[in-house]
Amino acid sequence: MPRTVALIGTDAIAEAMRQINPDVVPAYPITPQTAIVETFAQMVGDGLVDTEMINAESEHSALSAAIGAAAAGARVMTATSAQGLALMWEMLYIASGMRLPIVMPNVNRALSAPINIHCDHSDSMGARDSGWIQLFSENAQEAYDNVLQAVLIAEDPNVLLPVMVLLDGFIISHAVERLDLLDDRTAKQFIGTLMPRDSLLDAENPPSWGVFDGLGGYYFEFKRAQAQAMINAAAAVRKVAGQYAEISGRHYDFFETYRLDDAELVIVAAGSAAGTIRSMIDDLRAEGLRIGMLKLRMFRPFPERDLVKALSHVKNVAVFDRSDTFAGEMGGPLFVELRAAFYEEEKRPQMLNFIYGLGGRDLSRNLIRQAVDSCKLAAGSNERQKRIIYLGIRD
Amino acid sequence: MNAVFARPRAMTEQKTHYCPGCTHGIIHRMVAEVIDELGIREDTVGVAPVGCAVFLYNYLDIDMQESAHGRAPAVATGIKRVLPDRIVFTYQGDGDLASIGTAEIIHAAARGENITTVFVNNAIYGMTGGQMAPTTLPGQFTSTSKAGRNTQSAGFPIRVSEMLATLEGATYISRVSVHNPAHVIRAKKALLKAFTVQKQGLGFSMVEVLSTCPTNWGLKPTEALAWLEEKMIPYYPLDEVKNRLEV
Repeated sequence: MPRTVALIGTDAIAEAMRQINPDVVPAYPITPQTAIVETFAQMVGDGLVDTEMINAESEHSALSAAIGAAAAGARVMTATSAQGLALMWEMLYIASGMRLPIVMPNVNRALSAPINIHCDHSDSMGARDSGWIQLFSENAQEAYDNVLQAVLIAEDPNVLLPVMVLLDGFIISHAVERLDLLDDRTAKQFIGTLMPRDSLLDAENPPSWGVFDGLGGYYFEFKRAQAQAMINAAAAVRKVAGQYAEISGRHYDFFETYRLDDAELVIVAAGSAAGTIRSMIDDLRAEGLRIGMLKLRMFRPFPERDLVKALSHVKNVAVFDRSDTFAGEMGGPLFVELRAAFYEEEKRPQMLNFIYGLGGRDLSRNLIRQAVDSCKLAAGSNERQKRIIYLGIRD
Repeated sequence: MNAVFARPRAMTEQKTHYCPGCTHGIIHRMVAEVIDELGIREDTVGVAPVGCAVFLYNYLDIDMQESAHGRAPAVATGIKRVLPDRIVFTYQGDGDLASIGTAEIIHAAARGENITTVFVNNAIYGMTGGQMAPTTLPGQFTSTSKAGRNTQSAGFPIRVSEMLATLEGATYISRVSVHNPAHVIRAKKALLKAFTVQKQGLGFSMVEVLSTCPTNWGLKPTEALAWLEEKMIPYYPLDEVKNRLEV
């Protein structure tokens, strides 16, 4: 029977990991990811899983060990945050380049300096071109559901790419929420058994992995194939979401829309902010404003065409970014990519970018109202508006 | 009336953020005393770690720089090469120095960088909440070694001082403890020597201070002091591990 439980986000992830029962989990603790590893270590200690757990000496080594184990044919998971993800950077590209279906929850936390342990998306956004599939979660339920789905997405034969499941540090990771867990048998049937391709364990067909590939080699073709795998990933995400809906009753897609159909103004956001925005949409609708929300779940691959289609009727789009590209008045990554997606469209909505919540700064309902006011002002003006607004910045 | 006890000048009035019974406070104070006694407060630059001592800059009234996790010896190297007349030290825990930053401390010592490292070893990751460290004792319970450290899978604890002592570049390395007043006095002397080595331009110096973590060890402060003496010292013997120039 499915169980309804109250868990903090990190324990929800650990529950998913218990049901997945990965062969190997190498990890190194970092706030706020630590609680995942601790709870999972307890599960290992209690014999609830068969996992070989490796306490690595750094994240660089943790992901290296994950890469070794995955190439050896194991189902592998690890988890990290912020500086840990940054330290993994070299290995991120090796994991995706070697097409290893590793699943890694990343508890989103701001990057140093200054040191800050609280939420923003600068860590995973920094890794957006590393060849990992990236799925955002709005709450603990979605984080749990995403982790289970990530295994099948990663291992899809047309994909074979690592997946990062993103959940907001502290806001999701350390807050208790009500969520529904699959019963163990259903979860295990859904997850199935990994059938590794070209594994080191296959003594009959011994492979070599990640070998030197010089100037006359096939590096370029490898990368083209990798690009294709990421294109293929979109279909896999949708297919796995369909399978998951059958067993859970919970429906996922590339993004979720809320009161979007007749909306003139739409807020686009990812992660836990969506909850606050959704509640604000209801209030603003009651005030007569035709406003809606689009909550992005899948950032990699970027669902360009679907987004354009969903927003084609909209006059104004407010893109909420919880990180900055520091590219010089280009705005946050979500803004940059959404604008690029509309380049070939004849009808383009006016877009403003709201950079919010860096280093854990709270996104209040009042700030959302401020953003909406800015959009209304921009909509009624012919002047070229200031595109990038740092929401709630102190003067 | 003569004042017989006062706050060192190099120490601020910052209220402690450490857990009850933690010995970081004693070690902070000793560093401040050494800075005062050598008259180097205006010339000293400290490099803070990631870990419980991340807020070191709040306690010491000197110039300080924060480093990424484990990278303090490399950051200190950069500072010292630019400002060779300053006294540059790192203050690092065992998670920072003996785990994620092992490469940096080994190579700073191997190069014989004229810096000083205060290495606080409490056999556990303190700040992240009590996970197994490379210094965790065999059989020791932590949140990631629920059945005790298994030496089959996790190996044996690293004796960093002895390891670094094999490097030619290391001039002075000492392991001390702060579990009772007599040892605190000895620890202070070792710190004074280490900073003096640097002041005299003699090369890399490090003092490893065995320290307690009552919160994550799950012990009362007094029990933690006894545990340090009974369990840690046999594995980590207190000694002047290396004194190449007989300072």
